[in-house]
Amino acid sequence: MLVRRYDLQLDRDPSGRFLPWVVGVMVFLGALALAGAMALNQSVLAWNRSVEGTLTVQVGDNLAPDAADRVTKAVAVLRSVAGIREARALSRTEVERLLEPWLGKGNIAADLPLPDLIDVRLAPGVRLDIKALTARLGEAVPGARIDDNRQWLARLITLARAMQGLAAGIVGLVVIATVTMVIFATRAGLAVHHEVIEVVHLIGARDAYIARQFQAHTLNLALGGGIPGFLAAMGVLITLGNLIEALQAPLLPRLALDPVGLAALIAVPVAAALLATWTARFTVLRRLRQMV
Amino acid sequence: MRYSIGPEVLRDLNLHLPPGSFHFLTGPSGAGKTSLLKLLYLAHRPSRGLITMFDHDISTTKRQQLPALRRRIGVVFQEFRLLDHLSALDNVALPLRIAGAREDQIREHVAELLSWVGLADHINARPATLSGGEKQRVAIARAVIGRPSLLLADEPTGNVDPEMGMRLMHLFLELNKIGTTVVIATHDQTLIDSIDKPVLRLHDGEISLARAGTA
Repeated sequence: MLVRRYDLQLDRDPSGRFLPWVVGVMVFLGALALAGAMALNQSVLAWNRSVEGTLTVQVGDNLAPDAADRVTKAVAVLRSVAGIREARALSRTEVERLLEPWLGKGNIAADLPLPDLIDVRLAPGVRLDIKALTARLGEAVPGARIDDNRQWLARLITLARAMQGLAAGIVGLVVIATVTMVIFATRAGLAVHHEVIEVVHLIGARDAYIARQFQAHTLNLALGGGIPGFLAAMGVLITLGNLIEALQAPLLPRLALDPVGLAALIAVPVAAALLATWTARFTVLRRLRQMV
Repeated sequence: MRYSIGPEVLRDLNLHLPPGSFHFLTGPSGAGKTSLLKLLYLAHRPSRGLITMFDHDISTTKRQQLPALRRRIGVVFQEFRLLDHLSALDNVALPLRIAGAREDQIREHVAELLSWVGLADHINARPATLSGGEKQRVAIARAVIGRPSLLLADEPTGNVDPEMGMRLMHLFLELNKIGTTVVIATHDQTLIDSIDKPVLRLHDGEISLARAGTA
């Protein structure tokens, strides 16, 4: 405990009664925003890893009369490019498997035109000039297209980063709201206990002695709200995590908590309690400085 | 001194309280007795002029140094200003706790003093359950518990019967004998007449020595 007993009867004081609710809601929102941001970050890293150093080349459909020839030519061109480690044509079976999630297994008619695809792997760290490569490939095999997986991924990552920015914004608002509420509650407490504070002050109490009582009281209130808020957020995260697991959708962010993530989430109510305590201290000291 | 932008309540006071002296402070209501006491117990700083206390010039003393000076001053406030949620014991113990005294010593001293002022049976009573006179004695006990160098009392015997009034005056005289400087603001002429001590008289914001007494 910060103080062995209260000279100010802050715990009987209605001015701080709403504070646990506010801190609870703030910790809940803050923990969810932080968990979301962390999950998105994991996803972005995973997406980046999965497409790092890969390209897909499309060379027309497989029912065209010169299909096999075009594929062979394209593969030859690609293999001659410095920086490309491997270029491999996908078999019809592989292409069908890629379409299964949309068309269903065994539903693909034999006369359905499918694109011929070449899976290209780059040497580590290589960035190709996609425009030049497309032009060179087009000369040999007219109509060949290069899918730089980065292009669509870049948009996905931009979206993910924007959502992370939003999460950071929410955390910022949560901090501002918490600080504001604590300042109001503390000022109300100072006003309610003005008489007692003045007596204690005149008896020779230092500012820090009075501030400590507000700090201890605010810490109690903040933990009283922060811990339930944190537990509620954990409940929501675990439930959401289970739902996402059940979907087995590889692109969705995973909410699984590694030790670092868990530590970061536990830090939310701790940080909220410290923030509230220091805000109370600062508010009290500022007000007391106005007394002689 | 003045309050905010109001007229000067006290002006051109020239007053020296020798260490270990005992003074009554009297004068009509509104003459500035309470204002003078507030200056002396450091609730206000003078708007102009010089107050030197325990060798500190109060106008220039740093704010952080004032608590240490205040701990050497015991005050009996006119309206007692006890903390309603604390027992008589805790109210009286407050100055010791604020000064960081040890808890085992606090209880013993406080209980002893409370029984001396006739409140042995009310140690755990809250101020709300005490009579005016009992509250006043708690307030006096709180003012003297720290053996202050300076004791300031604003109408300290206003709510007690004459017998208890004299008993409390003797407490102040005892403290004075062991070196405490005492200033007692009072209207009670009988009280003043019964004790041969100097009387300061405030009138229209000016002070005069109404009776020399044997300081």
